[in-house]
Amino acid sequence: MSVAPPALALEHISRNFGPVAALRDASLHVEAGHVHALLGENGAGKTTLMHVAFGMVSADRGVVRMNGAPVTINAPSDAIAAGIGMVHQHFTLVPAMTVAENIALGGRGLLRHGAMVEAVRDIAAATGFALDPDALVETLSVGAQQRVEIAKALARRARVLILDEPTAVLAPAEAEELLRWARRFADAGNAVVLITHKLHEALGVADRVTVLRQGQVVHTGAAAEASVQTLAGAMLGADAPARHETLPPPTRAGNHRRATVASDATAILAAHHVTVHDERGRARLRDASLVVRAGEIVGLAGVEGGGQWELLRALAGRIDVRAGRIERPTQVGFVPEDRHRDAVLLDRSLTDNAALRGAGGRRGRISWRTLRTGTRSLMDEFDVRAPSTETVMRTLSGGNQQKFVLAREMTTLLLRGRDAPSDARAIVIENPTRGLDVRATAEVHARLRAARDDGAAVLVYSSDLDEVLALADRVAVVHAGTVRDVPADRDVIGRAMLGAA
Amino acid sequence: MRASRRTAWTLLLGLVSLIAIVGTTALLLLIAGYDVPRALGALWTGSVGSWYALTSATLVRAIPLMLTGCAIAVAFRAGVWNIGAEGQLLAGGTGATAVALLVPGAGPLAIMLALATGAAAGAGWAGLAAVLRARFGVLEVISTIMLNFVALYAVSFLVRGPLQEPTHAYPQSSSIADAVHLARIPGAGRLHVGIVVAVVLVLAAGWAMRHTAAGYRLMAVGESPTAAASAGMIDVRRVTMLAFITSGALAGLAGAIEVLGVTFALYEDLSPGYGYTAIAVALLAGLDPWRVIGTSLLFAGLEAGAGAMQRDAGVPSTLVSVIEALLILAVVAAQALRARRVGVTVVDERPREDAA
Repeated sequence: MSVAPPALALEHISRNFGPVAALRDASLHVEAGHVHALLGENGAGKTTLMHVAFGMVSADRGVVRMNGAPVTINAPSDAIAAGIGMVHQHFTLVPAMTVAENIALGGRGLLRHGAMVEAVRDIAAATGFALDPDALVETLSVGAQQRVEIAKALARRARVLILDEPTAVLAPAEAEELLRWARRFADAGNAVVLITHKLHEALGVADRVTVLRQGQVVHTGAAAEASVQTLAGAMLGADAPARHETLPPPTRAGNHRRATVASDATAILAAHHVTVHDERGRARLRDASLVVRAGEIVGLAGVEGGGQWELLRALAGRIDVRAGRIERPTQVGFVPEDRHRDAVLLDRSLTDNAALRGAGGRRGRISWRTLRTGTRSLMDEFDVRAPSTETVMRTLSGGNQQKFVLAREMTTLLLRGRDAPSDARAIVIENPTRGLDVRATAEVHARLRAARDDGAAVLVYSSDLDEVLALADRVAVVHAGTVRDVPADRDVIGRAMLGAA
Repeated sequence: MRASRRTAWTLLLGLVSLIAIVGTTALLLLIAGYDVPRALGALWTGSVGSWYALTSATLVRAIPLMLTGCAIAVAFRAGVWNIGAEGQLLAGGTGATAVALLVPGAGPLAIMLALATGAAAGAGWAGLAAVLRARFGVLEVISTIMLNFVALYAVSFLVRGPLQEPTHAYPQSSSIADAVHLARIPGAGRLHVGIVVAVVLVLAAGWAMRHTAAGYRLMAVGESPTAAASAGMIDVRRVTMLAFITSGALAGLAGAIEVLGVTFALYEDLSPGYGYTAIAVALLAGLDPWRVIGTSLLFAGLEAGAGAMQRDAGVPSTLVSVIEALLILAVVAAQALRARRVGVTVVDERPREDAA
C-alpha cells in the first residue's frame, strides 16, 4: 500500500432505483499510477458506481474523495473540474463536427480555430494518438472516435480516467493498443478505472481488481494475486441465491417442469454455419450454428456485443446472413429488446399495432373488422389492460405494452393467406422482461412456458443470467461471434460468456 | 361515441378556423387602413358570391390544389417530406404539353396519353429525389425544393427554346389543339371535367390509405420505420419509393390537367405556387386525402377571393398569403391542444380476480 491517499476514493456508496438496490455500501480506492479494473456481470452496478463518480447519478449515501479530500460532485461538470474524465460506452460526440470542434465543445470564451487545432496537436503529441483536428467525427472509425473521446477528457486535464467497457467496440489489435496506452497513462502518475467483463483483459493490464456483484463489492485485491478462476467465481457468486427463485407461484409450477426434448424432435429454427457482418463489414457472427426444436425453450446467454443481437435477428428473419443457412418458418414471432423503437407504433391504436404482424406480406384489402376482433381476443387472452382496441399504444403501461407485443407475436390469429403458418410456431425474444415489475415478469415467463408446452420453438436471450436459467430447457452461449451449447449450470455459463472456459 | 366526438372536434375545428380567417382578415385590413367591408365583400363575391365565381374561379383553382394536396398527404403520411409538388406539377405540365402538341389528332386517346405522360413525368421528377435519398442519403426536404427551381428554370428554357411557339414572340409553347382540351362542364363556366378526375382520385387515395395493405404499410413506415421493418417485416425502402412515386404522379397529373383544362399551353408561370399551397392544404386536412377535398376548396376560395380583393379594393393579394400562414399556425396549435387532451388514459392495473 502506498502512503499517499488514493487519487479517487468512493466510500460506502449506496444507491437505490425505486425498489432496486443498484449499489449497496460499495467502496473503491483507485491509486495514482494504477490501472484499476472494475469487474462484474451485466447489471452488477459497475457503470452506476462510475456514474456516481462522474456526477451522472447521485448517491443516496456515501462520500467521494479526491486525493484524500472530500469533493461534492453533483454534475459531470463538477467531476471534470475535479479532474475526472469518463469515456462512455456510447460515445458523446457530435458526428457532424470536426475533431477539434468536438474537443473544444463545452469550453468557454471565444472559439478560435487556430487555438483549437493547436490544443488537439498537443494532445496528439502527448498521447501518441493520431488525431486529425479537421476530420469530421462521422467519418472516423469507432476506434478513432474513442481516441477523440479520450482526448476530450485529457483536454480538460483529467487525472483520473474512467473507461466504460472500452474494448467492447474494438477489434483485438485496437483493443491491445488502447490497453497499452492506458498502462502508459497510469505509469505517468495518473489513474485509470477500466470497466470490463473480460477477465483476461483485466488481469493483463490492471494493478488492482475490484469485483461487484448485485451492487456490492465482493472482491478487491492486487491483480497479480487473482486468477481467471477466482475472479469468475467472485463475479458469478456460485452460492448467491438466484433472483428468479423468489418469483410468485404461477411461474414456479412451470419452472419445475423442465421439458426433456428428444434430440430427434423437429428442428423449427436453425442456423447452420452462419456468418453475419455489421454495416462496417466486421464479422459479428462467425460460423455460428444453433438449433431450436419444437417444444423447447433454448436460453441464449452472452455479453454485450458478442453476436447475440445478430443471431436473434438472423433466426427471426429480420436480417440477412452473409454466409451459411437459416431454417425458419415464414413467420417467426419476434420480440425485440427495444420495444418502443422496433415493435410498436406508439401513436396508433392497438388494432393498428396488431395489424403490424405480417404487414409486409399482406395483399389487397385489410379487414379491419377481423383485425379488431383479433385484437380483442389477444387482449382478453393475454390480459392486456386497455379501455378498448382503439386505445393509443402510448397510453399503456410498459407491462401492458410488452404483454400486447408478446400476444401479437405468439399467436397466429392475425396471420392469413400467404403467411398463414403451419403448426410450426417459432418465437424469438430478446430481454423479455426488461423494465417489467415482478408480477409482469412472472406473467411473461408463464406465457413463454405455455407456448413451449404447446409445441412452439422458443429462443430467449436475456442479459440477466438468472432469467436464462429460470426459463431455459437448454442453454447456448454466444461469445465473440460463435455459439456453443453448454450445460445449464450458472458457473459454466458464466465462464463461457466471459470466454474463460 | 368516440367517432361522434371526433366528428364534433373536426367541426369545431373548422368553425374556429373560419372565424379565425374572417377575424384576422378583418383585423389585418383594418390595421393596413383599407375599407374593411368593401374588401371583405370583394373576397366574398370573388370566391363564392356568384355562380361564375364559384365555378370558374374557386372550383377551377381547387382542382390542382386537390391533387397536389393529396400528393403531399400521401408522401407526408409515409414520412417522405416531399416539398417538391410544385416542381413535379411543372414536370407533369411539360410532359402533357409535349404529348398534346405531338399527337393532337388522336382525340380522347391523346388526352389519356397526355395525362398519363404528365403523371409519369411528375413521378419521375419525384423519383430523382427518391433515388438521391436511397443512394446518397440526401434529405428529400432539400432535394425536392432544389428540384422545384430546376423544374421552373427548365420550363423557362423550354418555352424560350425547343418548345417556344413558332413566332418566337412570347415565352410560351404553341397552344394545344381543341381536340385535346379537357371538356368543359356544361353550364359551369370554365370548370372542366378535371374536377371529376381529381375528386375520384382523391376519394380513391383516401380509401386506399384506410383499407388496403399498401396504405397501411405507408402509414406504418411514416409512424416508425424501425418498427415497420422489424415487427412488420415491411420493405421500408420499397414503401418509401412507392410514396415518392405516387406523390409525384398525383402532382404531375395536376400539372397535366392544368395545361389540358385551363392554360392550353405551357407557360413558366403555369402554377401560382399550387405545389406550395398544397402543403398547407394537406396539413390543414390532417394528411387525410378525404379532408383534402374540403381544405383545397377553402384555399381555392381564399385565393380566388384574393384576386377580387386586389381588383376591387386595392388590397394586395399577398395579404391572403399571410392569412393562409396564420391558418396553419392555428391548426398546429389546435392539434397540440387536442394531443394534450387525449394524453392521459386511466387504466385499471389491478390484477383481475381470474388472472391466476
